[in-house]
Amino acid sequence: MSSNRRIVLQAALGTGLGILLPEIARAQDNDPRNARPQTGDRLVYADGDQKGTAIKLDALRVGGPPVTAMPQDAASGAVRDGSRLNQILLVRLDPARIQGETQARAAQGVVAYSAVCTHTGCDGFAWTAEKQMYKCPCHDSEFDPADAAKVVGGPAPRRLPALPLKITDGYVVVAGAFSGRVGVISN
Amino acid sequence: MQIEKSLKAALVATGLAVMQQAAAYDPVTTERLLKPEPQNWLMYRGTYNGQGYSPLDKINTSNVKRLVPVWSYSTGQVEGHQAPPIVNNGVMFISTPQNQVLALNAKTGDLIWQYKREFADDVQHPHPTNRGVALYGDRVYLATMDAHVVALDANTGKVVWDTKVDEHKNSYYFTLAPLIAKGKVMVGSSGGEFGIRGYVAALDADSGKEVWRTHMIPGPGEPGNETWQGDHWKTGGVSVWITGHYDPVLNLTYWGTGNAGPWPSDAHPGDNKHATSVVALDPDTGKIKGSHQYHWNDNWDWDEVSAPLLVDIKRNGRDIKALVHPGRNGYLWVLERKADSIDFVDGQPYVKHDVITGLEPKTGRPIYDMSKLLRVGKTVTFCPSHWGGKDWPPAAFNPKTKLLYVPLQQNLCTTLAGEEKIAPYAAGKRYVGTDAAKTRVFPRKDADHIGEVQAWDLDTGKLVWTYNFPDMGINWGPLLTTGGGLVFGGGSADRKFRALDATSGKLLWEFKTNSGITGVPSSYMVDGVQYIAVQSGWGVDAQKMVGRLNTSMKTNVQVPQGGVVWVFAVKD
Repeated sequence: MSSNRRIVLQAALGTGLGILLPEIARAQDNDPRNARPQTGDRLVYADGDQKGTAIKLDALRVGGPPVTAMPQDAASGAVRDGSRLNQILLVRLDPARIQGETQARAAQGVVAYSAVCTHTGCDGFAWTAEKQMYKCPCHDSEFDPADAAKVVGGPAPRRLPALPLKITDGYVVVAGAFSGRVGVISN
Repeated sequence: MQIEKSLKAALVATGLAVMQQAAAYDPVTTERLLKPEPQNWLMYRGTYNGQGYSPLDKINTSNVKRLVPVWSYSTGQVEGHQAPPIVNNGVMFISTPQNQVLALNAKTGDLIWQYKREFADDVQHPHPTNRGVALYGDRVYLATMDAHVVALDANTGKVVWDTKVDEHKNSYYFTLAPLIAKGKVMVGSSGGEFGIRGYVAALDADSGKEVWRTHMIPGPGEPGNETWQGDHWKTGGVSVWITGHYDPVLNLTYWGTGNAGPWPSDAHPGDNKHATSVVALDPDTGKIKGSHQYHWNDNWDWDEVSAPLLVDIKRNGRDIKALVHPGRNGYLWVLERKADSIDFVDGQPYVKHDVITGLEPKTGRPIYDMSKLLRVGKTVTFCPSHWGGKDWPPAAFNPKTKLLYVPLQQNLCTTLAGEEKIAPYAAGKRYVGTDAAKTRVFPRKDADHIGEVQAWDLDTGKLVWTYNFPDMGINWGPLLTTGGGLVFGGGSADRKFRALDATSGKLLWEFKTNSGITGVPSSYMVDGVQYIAVQSGWGVDAQKMVGRLNTSMKTNVQVPQGGVVWVFAVKD
């Protein structure tokens, strides 16, 4: 019997609930790959030809398209790819378009958000170039990256958590924690 | 004895009400599954042949106008409530999004037990729904969004076993009701948008151990592998996300299969067996005993996952043990099921379409207008829409009227844009190959309606009647037909549940529920009273279609969410 299955059985026998805890268990370990983005992490490309390469400000075009990034632990060099919840949407906007609280989180027009939809947890967002919006491919929720990724269409119940950024030596670097819990909050 | 132990556990856990129900619980045997009593609804479509037919006739064309709700129950969940109320001698089992299972007193609507599943943070729910539980012995079986199968004690809801069938991190997940035959719990995997290799797996109902697993895409050395190029067979999709049907005489189960991926035709050259097909599997071994591909090299997202209905028909004086499938590709298919093959009989369009220009007469292989193929870097517009003439909502067959009832969308088309460059497969990541921001769904210019229910005479191959939904309403409503000469279904954004005259198609009754209905209706009887039951709870593709039509039609149709079980009976 796998350890996961044992946990399920034990928990279920006790409470009538089937409980899966590997994600929670991982968050408590010390492996930097499994931690959420930390201040000082560099952002690296999550996929494509440059996967694992640190993202330079100059490589990002104003107005998109966005790139998907992962945080990289500055101390160990480990890319924090232990969870799909660490995927980050990165896009460079015209700074004049950026509104409200997003201005404080943006770095030279670059804004970052969780790449996991708050509706049902999908990723792989499409980019509506003419509207400069993210669109979830699963259920068409739309988010405005210039305004704290607030929901502007579709079924998502809340905005995408934002990640504060800074530019250090020309690289895109994490300047703080996510503004909220990433992923789906269900009942 | 196991039942006694369960009873004791139930007493300790939740008290007297549970004991009364547990004492009455009637184990579901193989014999009962082969021939369910008329008062019960023991599986997804009521019977193994998938006809969605209840022989009960106390509710009928003469009294259905007096149908009223007798109880309802809030599920506490949002999103798509698509599971049929499954009923075994007075106990109803409901599954909902988030893989909750409710056991309810089918007469009173009182809760007996509740199972809730807690998911790891990284589990995604691309299709937030569950299409029902399966019953066997004194257990209730559930296939989950994190690719497990769970056996629950029917008396208490406690977990008997929980088997991890696949890795949710690779975007394998389950939304279908399991099929149970020959003591095996059979499930198929969703994940066609994520580069999975779809399969049907069978678990031993007693132990939860996997007995066999048959992939729908043939691997190297298996027949049909030559219809795929290179390594596409590893990540080509072909999911199985709707419950199969079972012919106990041939001892074969029949499963519908999903499309090949990524979607553009040139991203998966070849016929792509066994995508968009019906596949016959031996429930003892999982061996493929026959297949028929409805259409080759799909590139329109036309999953053909609804398993065909098993119907005995007569064509040109010949008795045919048929498989009947209103395809997402817009054709109504009639096939013949045999011990070692599935043979083409007939195919004809039932919705307006512009992709298939004809069929090869002997094989039924479609001929395409090649300008309608979605390709990498190209945009194409085609009809019916990518949701097809009929998506997953099941059709029904009434052996009294001898008519097939089909819920469908008429007059819809889709524009899809193939990505310029499709990113290589990465485990768990979306692998579709279209730009979702550019997808459009819209009615044809001359359209005066969208949703329909059609009735077909399968002996003559003729359309008998059509019920058109009002106000450009769409139809995502699974159908139930009854011995009382009725067809029940919801499916529209106006939140209505309807009863049609099975002979004429005339609207006899309708009722506005809390939300829109995409749930599978069922019928049962307790203490001599017949009930009609259905879950109302809008979500998933129906919701997405409304959103896209709001964009294209410049409307603002809103459908409230939230699941409720509705149970109706005739008022004296």
